[in-house]
Parts: sequence; C-alpha cells; structure tokens
Amino acid sequence: MHSKAFALFLKDFRSELRTRYAVNSLAMFILVAISVILFSIGQEKIPQSLTGGLFWVVIFFSAMSGLARAFVSEEERGTTLTLQLIASPSTIFTGKLLFNLILVFLMNIVIAVLYSALFDEFVIRSFYLFVLTFVLSNFGLAISSTIIAAIISKAGSKGTLYPVLSFPILLPLILTSVQLTSNCMVGTSFAESKVDLAVIVCYDVIMLTASYMLFDFIWKD
Amino acid sequence: MSNYQLCGEAVSKNFGRRLIFQNLNFRFTGSGVYGISGPNGAGKSTLIKIIAGVNSPSAGKIIHKIGDKVIIPEKLHNLIGFISPYLVLYEEFSAWENLEFFARIRNIKFDKEKAASLLGDFLLYDRKDDQVRTYSSGMKQRMKFIFALMHSPELLLLDEPTSNLDDEGKNTVYKMIERVSSERIVIIASNERTDIALCTETIMLAKF
Repeated sequence: MHSKAFALFLKDFRSELRTRYAVNSLAMFILVAISVILFSIGQEKIPQSLTGGLFWVVIFFSAMSGLARAFVSEEERGTTLTLQLIASPSTIFTGKLLFNLILVFLMNIVIAVLYSALFDEFVIRSFYLFVLTFVLSNFGLAISSTIIAAIISKAGSKGTLYPVLSFPILLPLILTSVQLTSNCMVGTSFAESKVDLAVIVCYDVIMLTASYMLFDFIWKD
Repeated sequence: MSNYQLCGEAVSKNFGRRLIFQNLNFRFTGSGVYGISGPNGAGKSTLIKIIAGVNSPSAGKIIHKIGDKVIIPEKLHNLIGFISPYLVLYEEFSAWENLEFFARIRNIKFDKEKAASLLGDFLLYDRKDDQVRTYSSGMKQRMKFIFALMHSPELLLLDEPTSNLDDEGKNTVYKMIERVSSERIVIIASNERTDIALCTETIMLAKF
C-alpha cells in the first residue's frame, strides 16, 4: 500500500507544482497574517504567552486556507471518480495525508522562521521540547485537516464549512500546543510538560485511527 | 474466456425517499456484451457505479468473483475498466503522464509499448505529450478508453461509450468492444440503439 500511496503523493506534488492550488494561498495567507499582527502590535511589547498564542493562531488559519485543497481540488476538477477507480480508499487517504503532512511541515517551518525573525519576544528556551511539540502538533493538524477536507469536499459550501468544522476538532490540539509553546518559551523541562505531550500523542493516535475507520464511509456516496 | 463472474442480488437504490430501482437480480459470467438501458433518470449510471464499487446499493449486494474466489472491495479497482461522460482525467498532465501515474498508483508496471499501441489505436499518439486540457471533447472521450484498457481489466463498464465521438471514433470503439468481449465481460449503459444492439442481454430499467 505504501508504494501506491507514495505514487499518489507524487502525483499530487507534481500537480501542485503545475497548478499551485494550495501553495499560493498558503504563502499569501502567512504573509498577510504575520504582517497584520506586526502592524497591530507596532512598537508595543507583548507578553510571551500572547506571542505563543498568536503563533498558533497564524498556524490554524493558514491551515484552514490551504489544507482543504487535498480533496476539494479533486472534487472541483471532477477527478474524484478517477481516483476512486484507480486506488483503494486507504491508499487514497494515506497519499493525501502524506501530501498534507509535507505541506503542514513546510508551512509551519516558514511560519516559525518568520516568527522568530520578526518577533523579539518569541524566544524558545527549551528547544528540544519545542521541536517535539512542533512535530506532534503538525502530525495532529495534518491528520485532522485531511479527514475534515474529505468530509467537506462533498458539501456545497466548502469554504465556510472547513474552518467551522475544524474549530471544535482542532481545539484540544491548539490549546495544548499553545500551552506547550508557552512552556518552551519559559524554559520548562520535559518532565513538567509530559502530561501535555501525552495529550497530543493521544490526540494524534485517536484522530489517525478514527480517520482510517471513517474514510471508507466518507469516500463512498 | 475469463472465469470472471458478476452477480447482483436484490439490488435496490434510493436517494433519500426517491426510489431509483429495486430488486434487480442479474448474473454475468465469462465473456460477452451485456446492456443496461432505460429512460433518462432511470438509474443506468447509478447501477454501473454500484457495479464498479464506487457507490453502495441501498439494499442487496453485488458480488464479483474470479472462479469461486470472491473479490474483496479493496482489490476491485484493478480488475475494472470504467468509462463514463463524467469521468475526468488530470488535465494538467499529458496523456502519457496520466497513464504513467495511473500505473504507479495501481502498483502495476507501466507498459510503454501497450500505452503507445493504445494511443495509436485511438488516434492520440501524436498528441500524447500535450496536456489533456488542450484536447477536444472527442479526444478526451477516446483517452478515457485508453485509461480503462491500460491495466487489462477483467470487467469493462461503459457508460454512454459513444457520446462525443464521431463516426470514426464510434467504429474504433465498436471494434474494441468486439475484441474485448470475446474474452471478458463488457457492460454497456446506454440509450443509443447502435450501442444496445451489441448486447446479448439487456437489463431494462423503469423510471419510478
């Protein structure tokens, strides 16, 4: 199954290079969101906890602007049937998840780098804890975004439904990630953050299992 | 002749409260051309999608078998060739790239000679490196036949196979159906008399 899913990922990657369905909207959103925060803060000093929160706000809304494309672009182009005829549902989900994972990691690395460069208050004291939080949260974000994208791709008002449906599902992940990012900025140790890390690991495992179980039903009319 | 068997047992479909068809029973084995016909809205395309495993029936079941072995839904897509007017190929890729991607995703070896031969048969070889978006509707329809035949399917499902085709294209399709149906099962869903004339048995759907 992995080679088929990887082939599907490569197809999506090549397609994205040609059509720029997701990358353009993501890049523009990141740029605009960070600029708005910079302009609204001006010369003010903001507390560290707020900086960490705003970091995840940018990530959440950027994800909302680009990650739905994995399935929505297939539906809009009318290629969903083609996909159903060449691969099993589990292969399709794995391929799309792989694509969203790469996209989420690239997007969030860009956000983190820009954030570090532009906000003096965004100083990470527990670097390894931040890396672990970043990786686990990105996995959760990609898994949830992929399954929600599959659900909303069949709906009429895709654009509005995606953030509305994503918000309650992503809320536990975002809240925990905000808390862990604050911990990283304060310099908390791994041991003190292990409960929050465990919450994210559980979230990732539950979402991944539920997604594979549900995808068959979502994918068939 | 193939030992493929396709059985429909009390197949019904409704969308919400609207009944499309009910209690359909059929059994196709080995080879030959079979038809599905009926007025617009009778559910020809829906039935063919249910046979392909893309849609689920509301009641009853479709069983695909090779010999006595029942094929699980996860493996079905590599045994079916499907053509329909609402099938869309990836327009940002060329015909050749589409076929190459499909082979990789199906996890089968991309047979370049077969691809070239099918592109030649359907008069698309000269345009194989052009993006599908630049094709005419007839060329796109011919491309769908190549998509359906590339992986040598056991069951060929054709929904309105001759739509958008000129006389030359139709003749090519009829020759292909004749060739494939000598070894495999071909099912045609259509209202065209010339398409249905090829069929030895036809399921007539009524509009409810």
